This record gives sequence, structure tokens and C-alpha cells, in this order.
Amino acid sequence: MKVVVSSFMSGLLFAVGLGIAGMLNANKVIAFLDLGGHWDPSLGFVVAGAIAVHFILYRYIMRQRSPIFGEHFHIPTRRDVTPRLLMGSALFGIGWGLAGYCPGPGIVSVTSGALPPVVFSAAMLFAMATFQWLERLHVLRRGRAEQC
Amino acid sequence: MILSIGMALLGGAIIGTAASVLLYLVGRICGISGIVGGFIDPTTSDKAWRLAFVAGLLVGGVLLARLAPSTMQTPIDHSLSMVALAGLFVGAGTLMGGGCTSGHGVCGLTRFSTRSVIATVMFMATGALTASVMGWLHRSTP
Repeated sequence: MKVVVSSFMSGLLFAVGLGIAGMLNANKVIAFLDLGGHWDPSLGFVVAGAIAVHFILYRYIMRQRSPIFGEHFHIPTRRDVTPRLLMGSALFGIGWGLAGYCPGPGIVSVTSGALPPVVFSAAMLFAMATFQWLERLHVLRRGRAEQC
Repeated sequence: MILSIGMALLGGAIIGTAASVLLYLVGRICGISGIVGGFIDPTTSDKAWRLAFVAGLLVGGVLLARLAPSTMQTPIDHSLSMVALAGLFVGAGTLMGGGCTSGHGVCGLTRFSTRSVIATVMFMATGALTASVMGWLHRSTP
């Protein structure tokens, strides 16, 4: 129960942060990525603010033996740079640049009542489920990628 | 622009806090594509915390839609088929690449993960290229 409440609070905080930062405005995201026209660099400061806070807290958190309501920390350990990492990230970037939504903002924006984020999120979930299904059929070789 | 940068920093700081809360209390990395992908994957068993996190995202969205609806803007000049194509690319790409803007971009860069640094440079580059080409095409058509 404590894990569920903690995860809920983190998700809630995350959504509010996205909203305040401007990440839920797809046109602002596109104006950040579109280097021609009227370039809006302000969203670059979102990741700066996030890393500044998480960098300090991460050091403190990882000095603990375990998370407060969990048995151990689940931290990705892989270090190998694979074609799959490069191709997947490239594909993700193309999709992000096309509509201005990455996964978090796409899901949060579903609550706005507008159709585009619903279509985006449905397509994203469909692609994820299809990808996992193909992986289970071993159509896609190479083991499952460690998820961040 | 100054206000926009200030809001970006503040919002980013809240996102960093959210990621820290999840790591400190639950021990999980705050990567949205990983959380959602794990939730819909029938082979994973830890569904509860993933569902709770997504519920938190949606409740946060409802609060924003009520209190600050101007923060949510859909892409103008985009057909629904274009948005659907974008969703397919983002869904397949993030699972294939093992993360998205939050997992690689925020959490991975904080740990100086080589994989995350390379992934972030890659999706920033293809994202900028795509948006720039699309913007150029849009501006050059009368």
C-alpha cells in the first residue's frame, strides 16, 4: 500500500512538473526542437532543473541501504552501446519531433479532452504491445533491453 | 522568455523531485516508457506501483486541465494520422532504445550513464532534425 501511495504521489508530482515546465504544450515542444523559424530554447532548462535537483538527491538516496518501502534499488547496470539503443532512440526522436509528445506528456495530456493526445497515446501503447509481442515470438533477436 | 525559462527550471525541479521520491521510497527509476511498457507487458508481475504511478499522472493531468488549462496545447497544423504515426514511432522507439526523455534524459544523465548520454544525444538530434524539416516544409508552402 505504501508503495502504491508513493508511486501515485510521484506520478502526480511528475505531471504537475510537466505542466509548469511547459512540456504539455506540444507547440512549445515543437518550437524548441525546430531550430528554424522562431526557436524557443526555454525547454532546455527543464532537463537542467530536473538534473540539478535529482543529482543532489540521488547522491543522498544511494547512500541508503535500500529504498524506504522496497527491498532494493532497481538501477540499470548495462553499459554496452548497441545498434538497438541507437536505432530505438533515433526512432523515438523522429516521433517526438513529429507531434511534440514524448511518453509522459502524451499520457498526461489525455486528460485535456482533446483528441490528438488520445490518438497519440493509443498508437504508442499499440506499438509497445506489438513490439513486446514480436519479442516474445523471438521475431526480434537480442534479449530484452533494460528499460530506463 | 525569462518567465518561460523560470517556469521551465521550476517545472524541471519538480520533475527531479518526483524522480527522487520514486527512487527514495520505491527504489524505481522514473522512466515513463519503462513504467508504462512494464505495465502492459503480460510477462511482468509488478503491476501495482506502475498502475499507481500512471494514475498519479492522470490525476495530475485532471488538476492541470481544471486549474491551468492553458498549459495543455495540442499540436496545431497536425493531422490525426500524423499524430498517430508519431505515437507508433515513440512507442516502438522507446521500448527498443530502452527509455525516453525521463528515463534516459533525466535519470540516466544524472547517473552519467554512457548508454543514456548516447540515447539522449540521438533522440535530441533526430527530434530537432524532424521538427526543423517539418517546420521548413510548413513555412515554405504558401
